Amino acid sequence: MAALAQHTLAAPAPAEKADGYWIGVWRRLRRDPVAMVALAVIVALILMAILAPYLAPADPLRGQSLRRLRPIGTAGFPLGTDELGRDMLSRLIWGARLSLFMGITPVILAFFVGSAIGITAGYAGGRVGTVIMRTIDVFYAFPSVLLAVALSGALGSGTGNALVSLTVVFVPQIARVAEAVTTQVRQRDYVEAARASGAGPVTIVRVHVLGNVLGPIFVYATSLISVSMILASGLSFLGLGVQPPNPEWGLMLNTLRTAIYVQPWLAALPGVMIFFTSIAFNLLADGLRNAMDVKQ
Amino acid sequence: MIIGAPAHDPFERDRGGPATPLLTVKGLLKHFPIRGGALGRVQAHVRAVDGVDFEVMKGETLGVVGESGCGKSTTARLLLSLIDPTAGEVFFDGMKVGSPELSLKEFRRQTQMVFQDSYSSLNPRLTIEASIAFAPQVHGVPKREAVARARDLLARVGLDPVRFAGRYPHELSGGQRQRVNIARALALQPRLVLLDEAVSALDKSVEAQVLNLLMDLKDEFGLTYLFISHDLNVVRFISDRVMVMYLGQVAEIGPSDVVFDRACHPYTTALLSSMPSIDPDHRTMEAPLAGDPPNPINPPSGCRFHTRCSFVEQVCSSVQPRLTEAGPQHEAACLMVVPGSGHSKAPVGTGVAA
Amino acid sequence: MSAVDIRDLRVTFGGVVRAVDGVTLSIERGEVVALIGESGSGKSVTLRSLMRLHPPRATKMEGTIAVEGRDVLAMTPRALADYRGPIVSMIFQEPLLALDPVYTVGEQIMEIILRHEKVSRKEARARALALFERVRIPSPERRLDAYPHEMSGGMRQRAMIALALACRPKVLLADEPTTALDATVQIQILLLLRELQRDLGLSIIFVTHDLGAAVEVADRIAVMYAGRIVEEGTARELIRNPRHPYTIGLLKSRAHGVMEKGTRLDAIPGAPPDLARLPPGCSFAPRCAAAIESCQIEQPPSFVVEGGHRARCFRWKDAPAQLGAQALGAA
Repeated sequence: MAALAQHTLAAPAPAEKADGYWIGVWRRLRRDPVAMVALAVIVALILMAILAPYLAPADPLRGQSLRRLRPIGTAGFPLGTDELGRDMLSRLIWGARLSLFMGITPVILAFFVGSAIGITAGYAGGRVGTVIMRTIDVFYAFPSVLLAVALSGALGSGTGNALVSLTVVFVPQIARVAEAVTTQVRQRDYVEAARASGAGPVTIVRVHVLGNVLGPIFVYATSLISVSMILASGLSFLGLGVQPPNPEWGLMLNTLRTAIYVQPWLAALPGVMIFFTSIAFNLLADGLRNAMDVKQ
Repeated sequence: MIIGAPAHDPFERDRGGPATPLLTVKGLLKHFPIRGGALGRVQAHVRAVDGVDFEVMKGETLGVVGESGCGKSTTARLLLSLIDPTAGEVFFDGMKVGSPELSLKEFRRQTQMVFQDSYSSLNPRLTIEASIAFAPQVHGVPKREAVARARDLLARVGLDPVRFAGRYPHELSGGQRQRVNIARALALQPRLVLLDEAVSALDKSVEAQVLNLLMDLKDEFGLTYLFISHDLNVVRFISDRVMVMYLGQVAEIGPSDVVFDRACHPYTTALLSSMPSIDPDHRTMEAPLAGDPPNPINPPSGCRFHTRCSFVEQVCSSVQPRLTEAGPQHEAACLMVVPGSGHSKAPVGTGVAA
Repeated sequence: MSAVDIRDLRVTFGGVVRAVDGVTLSIERGEVVALIGESGSGKSVTLRSLMRLHPPRATKMEGTIAVEGRDVLAMTPRALADYRGPIVSMIFQEPLLALDPVYTVGEQIMEIILRHEKVSRKEARARALALFERVRIPSPERRLDAYPHEMSGGMRQRAMIALALACRPKVLLADEPTTALDATVQIQILLLLRELQRDLGLSIIFVTHDLGAAVEVADRIAVMYAGRIVEEGTARELIRNPRHPYTIGLLKSRAHGVMEKGTRLDAIPGAPPDLARLPPGCSFAPRCAAAIESCQIEQPPSFVVEGGHRARCFRWKDAPAQLGAQALGAA
């Protein structure tokens, strides 16, 4: 033990307890103004969806044919009324529920399924990995819009079927990213070291792989939410997703398109909501990616 | 005290006695296929390790030197079965690895490795304490005990556990991370430690600290080292014996002082005189070798070094020299050492001074 | 007039990290100076400042840099473009990252010549060929048409040197050019640099962490620690008669051939300081066995030992004896 004293580092760094990884990510994310604005927008949208019954000034489903297509700024209808005389503001607020649900749910489902497939393929590597990934590539070969429309069409219209088809669209994309990240992590020396200490594949994946790949996959998944929202809106627009009279931004865009010459600003409102929501998710994903990048 | 500290084998795991080598490698071979073309057919092989035999005695440090592509790192990975050898056998303390007598898992418990890249060899998402405690837990040590052992080891490698145990790898300097890697390798109480360029990425002033630490730990835990490095000064300093590799084969092996002072293989000589002199009055005037080491995909025929050797003769391009005794414990694979090989400088007859 | 004249250069990143902290260094024409130091010592930052390679927004540069009489820090982007190449050029540690993978090496050399000079393509190719012969690339005609990945490590490094010499620069900056190379190749490149300096009258600044490589090429050596030059002098003076405890420590901690088996290395304790929180006095004081009270409080000035040999240490006269540096002279 006498020799030990000579090794003890004399560096004057103060004793400090390290923060956890996610605390560090949050600290870096907070310093990113763009990401914080995006996060605020998303939180506001989610709150709006949850509190819709309290926020909406009117019933989103009841309309009066007498006051159809009132312009923005009409007394009592700050955002005007739609083609059936329903209050636009209330419909947009209620629409957040279905739109966010349709945007987020398929991505969450695909996150679990795709990660499982991708991590398995990536860690197994070799022939097993190749077979899994080539199968996945078959799905990947179709453009996502086409695949979603075809699947929804085959399954029949309705919210549930739209969710399933969107999930199927995203699984290959997430699996691909998961496979790529896992392959990278698998080649790291700490995985080698874990193998060299006799650990089995399940233990290695649980302790050393998951923690390092779920983050990047999660970031990628976040960026898919905007795509999912737009696709879901598209399905609703085509009559394959949410059915009228339920308020959903994509569906609203569809039904209001006839009014585009009469009240162009009004008809664009659901599109504006979709645009801002998806931009917010994309910017948050970008910020997360930067914040999760631990430099030496 | 969790970890015993006698200089001899602390667990009386020594089965074969001091005369049995701790590690015996026979005919180790690794050919990586190169696939190409539309069908991914094998077009050629990288002969990364091409028939390597050596022994590591108990308690010694065997240094392995050579240039990139000589197969020294591949050899270390093959030993631990991190990549599967094409052919060859490994014996540990007289027992064949992978036989019922000694399972791969048990062998891996007794043989650990320290990698060059101190950052890449630590999981960035685990605290260093958790990284060190991981391997013992794999082998059934309860978590609480594994963590206690990790903290003890941190202290042994010169990192105050109170300050460092809870930190993450990116919060440490390169030298500190390499200390953690060493502690991690020792957590399973191995008998053999493979050090693959373990100090090469460190700054010089830190390198000396880590080398001292390695020597202390060796005495303290009765370890045996296989020390792989491209830095000949460091290898000479730390090794009892040295093995020089060239293009996947052993060129020369022998006691460190003998190899460094009386090298037999022209490649060893060239490698030694390529070292910068650090004497401003005797700067190197001429490079001992021209060009780069050849590609291990299609190594030269005969003696692999004949394309760069200044003693090359006709016979060198056709006859592959075997490792031949050149002195006590000293072997070299050069036709100038092989009696009656046909090289004009070869000893005549069959007898070699033994 | 010196080829390069750096006066009190200070480089700060992001407002906090003081990477270079008052470096003064001049290099004569045809002289090879090695800047040696550990990672974070500021040696590469100093070198890159000469090329103005730091991102301008995040970097604050103070002091003056004059190269061949031109004020580098005052240059406009246009002037910089004319300066990089014909006056100063640079070679890097990893040629594979510095060379463009989609063009042949010959095309890249010709492109640089054509950009800076009014010559025909044929002439440019002839110049490229001559450069390849100059850096001793075997079968140069064929190698001009090779892509970087088709060359071996040593060959690529030679090709990068050829590229750097394309516009006949006066000053060559070398950033650890031999660190990634094998021992037998490293010595070839070091000898090539020495030969180029002698034949072309180049001034070379050679950055390395390897004392051995520095001694092989350099006339003078400047040792950097925590952003400052702590000692400079001719290679001989620095090796035989080191005055700064850090230089002495570097020399003593080297593993070398004549050591007794089982001896311990004389390691420098501790680790380099955090550049965002430098100590008020000498940055090396916390690791220094010869430090006295004033080292903690005040930054030592540069003391002249003899001629061009300078050391930033209050105890340059007696510290070497205390630290046992005499033994080094004999080694």
